[in-house]
Amino acid sequence: MTATVERTPLADAHLSAGATMVDFHGWEMPIRYSQIPEEHQKVRLSAGLFDLCHMARIEITGKDAVRWVQAVITNDADAMAVGDARYSLITNEQGGIVDDVLVYKLDQSVFIVANASNHDKVLAWLEAHKPGDADATLVDRTREWAMVSIQGPQSVRILDPIVKLIDVSHWDLFEYYHISRAQILGSDVLISRTGYTGEDGFEIYPPAEMACGLWSAILEEGGARVSPIGLGARDTLRIEAGMPLYGNELDESINPFEARLDFAVKLKKTMPFVGRDALLAIRGKGVAKRLVGFHVDSRKIARQGMPVFQGGEKVGWISSGVPSPTLGIPVALGYLESRVTSPQGIEVDIRGAMARLIPEPLPFFSRTRRRGDRAL
Amino acid sequence: MTRPTDLKYTPTHEWLRVEGKVATVGITDFAVEQLSDLVFIDLPKVGAEVTKDSRFGEIESTKTVSDLIAPVSGRIVAVNTDLIEHLDLVSQTPFAKGWMVKIEMSKPAETGNLLSAADYQKQLDAEDH
Repeated sequence: MTATVERTPLADAHLSAGATMVDFHGWEMPIRYSQIPEEHQKVRLSAGLFDLCHMARIEITGKDAVRWVQAVITNDADAMAVGDARYSLITNEQGGIVDDVLVYKLDQSVFIVANASNHDKVLAWLEAHKPGDADATLVDRTREWAMVSIQGPQSVRILDPIVKLIDVSHWDLFEYYHISRAQILGSDVLISRTGYTGEDGFEIYPPAEMACGLWSAILEEGGARVSPIGLGARDTLRIEAGMPLYGNELDESINPFEARLDFAVKLKKTMPFVGRDALLAIRGKGVAKRLVGFHVDSRKIARQGMPVFQGGEKVGWISSGVPSPTLGIPVALGYLESRVTSPQGIEVDIRGAMARLIPEPLPFFSRTRRRGDRAL
Repeated sequence: MTRPTDLKYTPTHEWLRVEGKVATVGITDFAVEQLSDLVFIDLPKVGAEVTKDSRFGEIESTKTVSDLIAPVSGRIVAVNTDLIEHLDLVSQTPFAKGWMVKIEMSKPAETGNLLSAADYQKQLDAEDH
């Protein structure tokens, strides 16, 4: 099958800004505009603007929209009020993760944002698990609605002059993990206070036709306080924030409890969901492995797949690793077998040389999430 | 870009400066740009033997790890240890302060096969860079 690479409405803007573009799961996306650590720090210190049009945007409409979604997600859509956003997993019968998604309860529908890498898989999965009698329709909004994100401490200050919030009366009352209708440059958009960086920020869903206008307006309004940010820095930011990436920390061989995503699993919700029974059993038995954050005692980067040892035995592997621009030391995420109870003597094999790993509570850094108490 | 014309170049993006029997080796501006954010360099010890076209070290960026390939055979007589703390010397002045090793050549005739600045640029153009 020849895959043609899709372009987002912002592709030309990225090229004009000097971005290095890559094929990211079928989308031509900017990996960086300048240097990744510079872009990373811009978000932490001020603000960054991200093109997220590659992500899958799916709307479930109709009377039974919530019931359909409830049947496939681990979180509880019934407990959501209109305007709420929840992080959730979609699991298979064994409790393995099919995708991690953001679920939004809108006034007349449920809106799901899924990973670009799982776009087709999630569409097929939703269709395959639609309750037989459900009066609901799935609409793929990915090409109709664009998606841009502004993240960083200056986000509100930059958006305020150009965004007219509708369902929230004031920025101070706009809660994290909440979505509102808004008007920007005369167009109706959706805006959520969500993000993948550990900073305050917003994800905006404009009609595709005004994506370029919105992008330019934010850059102009923000001036020196905002820069466009590529996928390279998006990855380093989310690792610092201890956030998982599908394909690295999450896949169908991993269940939500192993990935420390217990908060997104509501086993007691009234409606059974795919994987619930398996997850109940796993919750009872305990997990075989667990996601752990590490400081890496080396200048080299511990990368996905590198084996982890303790006392000469292989006890796990690295799922993601980067030098952390904010912390100044390399950090990594990885899985350790549950029999590892001591943080001493854990090492990673980096191309034939062993480097010490020091377990650290997650997240490494976040302004929005509380740090865990325990590393292991 | 105008690269120093008194240097020789390799298809794997190293450069070589010959002074008598000793060759100074580094990587080109092109290699630096491809690698992007440099994080680590692994260089051999003084006294190590290297063979032309084989790996003498590695350089790591956030994206990837690249082998450093010896343009000539011989013995390592100097290593630029400044690079350990100041890897940015490679990105900022790849042809000067970003030098990596000095090799006392065992077969100086090997330099005959290396590329001139013009030929190196031709290669880059041919690869559509």
